[in-house]
Amino acid sequence: MTIAVCVGSSCHLKGSYDIIELMRRYIKDNHLEEKVELKATFCLKNCGVAGVSIKVDDEVITGVTKDNFDDVFHKYVLSRL
Amino acid sequence: MEPKFDTNVQELKYKVLKEVAKSYWDGILQEDYNEIPKRIVPGPKPSMRCCIYKERAIVLERMKLALGGNKNIDNVVEVINIACDECPLGGYEVTNRCRGCIAHRCEKACRLHAISFDEKTRQAKIDKTKCVNCGLCAKACQYDAIANFLRPCEQSCKVKAISMGEDYAAKIDDEKCVQCGACVYQCPFGAIMDKSYITKAIDILKGSEGLKKYPVFAIVAPSISSQFKYATLGQVITAIKKLGFQDVIEAALGADMVAYHEAQELAEKGFLCTSCCPTFVTFVQKYFPKYKDNISHQLSPMAMIAKWVKQEHPDAKVMFIGPCVSKKKETIDKVKDYVDVTLTFEELQALIDSREIDMTTLEESPLDNASYYGRIFARAGGVKDAIIEALKEQGSDFELKPINFDGLENVRNGLNQISRGQLDVNFVEGMGCVGGCIGGPCCLTHEVRDKNDVDKYGKLAKEKTIEQAIEIFSPINK
Repeated sequence: MTIAVCVGSSCHLKGSYDIIELMRRYIKDNHLEEKVELKATFCLKNCGVAGVSIKVDDEVITGVTKDNFDDVFHKYVLSRL
Repeated sequence: MEPKFDTNVQELKYKVLKEVAKSYWDGILQEDYNEIPKRIVPGPKPSMRCCIYKERAIVLERMKLALGGNKNIDNVVEVINIACDECPLGGYEVTNRCRGCIAHRCEKACRLHAISFDEKTRQAKIDKTKCVNCGLCAKACQYDAIANFLRPCEQSCKVKAISMGEDYAAKIDDEKCVQCGACVYQCPFGAIMDKSYITKAIDILKGSEGLKKYPVFAIVAPSISSQFKYATLGQVITAIKKLGFQDVIEAALGADMVAYHEAQELAEKGFLCTSCCPTFVTFVQKYFPKYKDNISHQLSPMAMIAKWVKQEHPDAKVMFIGPCVSKKKETIDKVKDYVDVTLTFEELQALIDSREIDMTTLEESPLDNASYYGRIFARAGGVKDAIIEALKEQGSDFELKPINFDGLENVRNGLNQISRGQLDVNFVEGMGCVGGCIGGPCCLTHEVRDKNDVDKYGKLAKEKTIEQAIEIFSPINK
């Protein structure tokens, strides 16, 4: 599985580095280093939406924040592995 | 509102680029080819030259450069022969301001005894067979009566690559040229121009079919912060996206990365010259070859970030937009795998206006990828400051002795001093343009406040340190 976190300007200002940091931690805590490739990507064309955009394989998920990160990770990453 | 340029030459260049871009977007350039000169020079009265026919002929020559110029010339800078006014070349001459004084400081200043005096008027005369154009007499004269009648192009060229050709027009020695672009900006008749790849840019943007076929990214040089005085930076970014780019990325993020790795390379090697300015790199290679192995092995910030974008988006097209002529050459010769096209701020203005995008009415888009230190690469002393910071962040105990030179005259003097052992330094920041990139030949403005604009923009960066800014380059292995 590939997870790409948008680091375009808009998402950057909305906290994409925090999301990358959380991703790293969750991947490590769940021992997913072998199964998940974490990448950065530029604009996913959802700049107007609140929160950060990420891409899990081919699906774009918008509105990721520190608060809903746990839910997002479970729903889109853990449940699919 | 009409865009503002420093000179009418820049405006003419812009008008040609804009008209060519407009026709090319619409796919009617062939039909329009002979109409463009008439639109730019409507007549009936000439405004720049002897007659409108010469004016139009020059526009046609400028159009050829707008379309990529002469393929047989390897250089990215070309002379437009018919536009060259064949300025007189006299070197130092005594003007009628000479009052025939009795001090004769000019005579004493001349070590070659080239100055004598008219018996009747007592005015100074220069013996051209002895004079070497050192200029000491002119400096000595208290009436500023001795002036240098060098051609502006030759005067602007600090590597003496420009001379007079057989047809009296300026001629560029491509072997000597370092693509600084000073002559392009300085020629008062606009007879020297950089080749433009604006139509290649339009091909890429059109070919993406609204980003459906492939993504197109713009990488902007940090000097963009001082360029567009009539719109905010946020509006400029929106305008670039409206041209058909998926995202606009700061070259300054590449600069953060360069600074970080260059600091490590410096600590390892002990002496380094910067590699970010392609004019400086070429200058060192051609004129100070003994330092060529000391040039940093880091890619330029443009290439560094472009490489990464291509890695993350292998199908993407990447364009760089900056103030620089030399970057065009760097792109073609060294980094065409990473950068597809390099444009200038002049060409960006032309592209935006060719699509009739009124920036003042646009919403703002953010531009934030880099740190303060990456952003200040745009002005002289910025790389030096970033290296100081990077060494600090790395907790290095390397004893840094940095120096920075901007403008090729200062670069030459500085490197001479270093090679004579007169300067105890181990890090040399070199920039081809006076003031750094904000003094670039294809900047829309060259104003003193530009430096403040860059610093102000630098301080707005979300990430405060280089390490924070470049953290994303290695998301997983941390």
